Amino acid sequence: MANFEFVLPPAPTKDIKVGLSDADIIKRSASEVTPPAKKLPEVAKLIDVSKCIGCKACQVACLEWNDKRIPVGVNVGSYDFPPDLTPNMFTVMKYTEWVNPETKNLEWLIRKDGCMHCQDPGCLKACPAPGAIVQYSNGIVDFDHDKCIGCGYCIKGCPFNIPRVSEVDSRAYKCTLCSDRVAVGQGPACARACPTHAIVFGPKDEIKQHAEGRIKDLKSRGYANAGLYDPPGVDGTHVMYVLQHADKPEIYANLPKNPRISPIVDLWKGATKYLGLAAMGAFAVIGLVHHVVTGPNRVSPEDEENAEKLTGSKQ
Amino acid sequence: MTAYDIESGDQVHPGKPVTVDRYTAGARINHWITAISLVLLALSGLALFHPSLYFLTVLFGGGQWTRAIHPWIGVVLFFSFAGLFLRFWHANLWKAEDGTWLARLRDVMAGREERLPEVGKYNAGQKVVFWSMSLLITVLIVSGVLVWDEYFGSYASMETKRLAVLIHSLAAVTIICVWIVHVYAAIWVRGTIGAMTKGRVTGGWAWRHHRKWLRELVVGKK
Repeated sequence: MANFEFVLPPAPTKDIKVGLSDADIIKRSASEVTPPAKKLPEVAKLIDVSKCIGCKACQVACLEWNDKRIPVGVNVGSYDFPPDLTPNMFTVMKYTEWVNPETKNLEWLIRKDGCMHCQDPGCLKACPAPGAIVQYSNGIVDFDHDKCIGCGYCIKGCPFNIPRVSEVDSRAYKCTLCSDRVAVGQGPACARACPTHAIVFGPKDEIKQHAEGRIKDLKSRGYANAGLYDPPGVDGTHVMYVLQHADKPEIYANLPKNPRISPIVDLWKGATKYLGLAAMGAFAVIGLVHHVVTGPNRVSPEDEENAEKLTGSKQ
Repeated sequence: MTAYDIESGDQVHPGKPVTVDRYTAGARINHWITAISLVLLALSGLALFHPSLYFLTVLFGGGQWTRAIHPWIGVVLFFSFAGLFLRFWHANLWKAEDGTWLARLRDVMAGREERLPEVGKYNAGQKVVFWSMSLLITVLIVSGVLVWDEYFGSYASMETKRLAVLIHSLAAVTIICVWIVHVYAAIWVRGTIGAMTKGRVTGGWAWRHHRKWLRELVVGKK
């Protein structure tokens, strides 16, 4: 063997037979669904930031699989390209140059940004169009573009600022976790393309086990705060990160520390919705009852006579 | 000097019965453009407010059309209402008798108008509706523009937009309630709707509901 030895772990990206259908939907925007009796095993994609080399093969694979193209852009002073998610680019590598205050080392933190597939999806909660956003029992949150109305409420509901509305067709787009590939037992395109296996995909429990091994390894190499990013504020996510500094997720291009659906969105989509309808209904009912009880307020013949007297019409 | 509540075109015509010109053709057209806009806004807004009302989107050609057209109707309403505001604001200034009128709301609701003070062109209830509409439409246009992502997507932070959309829905619910009061009052007080359709009311109506205004018009004529 050469001096340079780089042993990959056994590829944990395994094909899992699922087959997503309407019967697997556990949440549906602006509608109630009866949860299916049989749930699919929860899946997860793990992005090991410590193993990412920033090659952007995942971005290319994403564009390729989803048949999207992005225009040639300009350099904005970092490797980020495009600088932010777009309706066509569902995942973007975010490069951060961070000086570790303890070691004085420059660390190049590269986080693959994109939909986290929250167990409690804020996009789905905010969406007003029935069925435009669904969550399958395996955890994947997917958009049904035919039903999307392009209002952008999903972006307001999202704690990670992920969906983007297309200016071309006025519909919202984001990472699907390659639901169409997963449905036929294939892993997401980005995971398949990743040359260092920084992105792995599989059943969530197995992926968490794999993450534990990675965290142990990082801790043994001096990253005392290495850990898994599976935020409980959104009941966990189906895209997780292994972070070298899990105590400071914000250093990874502003990854939120405690993401949760904004309380403003909760209020808007909760109490306001029901109290609002009740208030409008109450006003209408009060009007009706008042009319029935009081009867119409009519002008009397005396009123007309008084007006005639006042104007001198009557002598 | 004319009284604060006499608007252009207000005129009394003696006869049997007496008729009183209350709204000019311009004011009526202005009012109905505003009214139609408000109803369309309420329908399209409610469609996106509660899932049980999503079916209302069919009136506008589906969800995409509803989303696209709602803010434009809002722009029409804003400018149309601005016209009404300029026409009506002076006659809606708060006067001493308005406090008394409002304090006797129980008599108002029971239709015992002989116990109420004589009021000008607008009573305190109408003034409350007018100023509520003015305030709420301002709140709605500002919060609405903030979440009109098609054109103003980059003008506010996500947190501001979340707050804007909450305020927008609360203001919308309130304005619909105010609108219900406005429409109900026009129906309950018989003879009122003619003011906005034909432009005139009978002398008896003016005597019963806006006696101070009628007296001012009669004095002005002499």
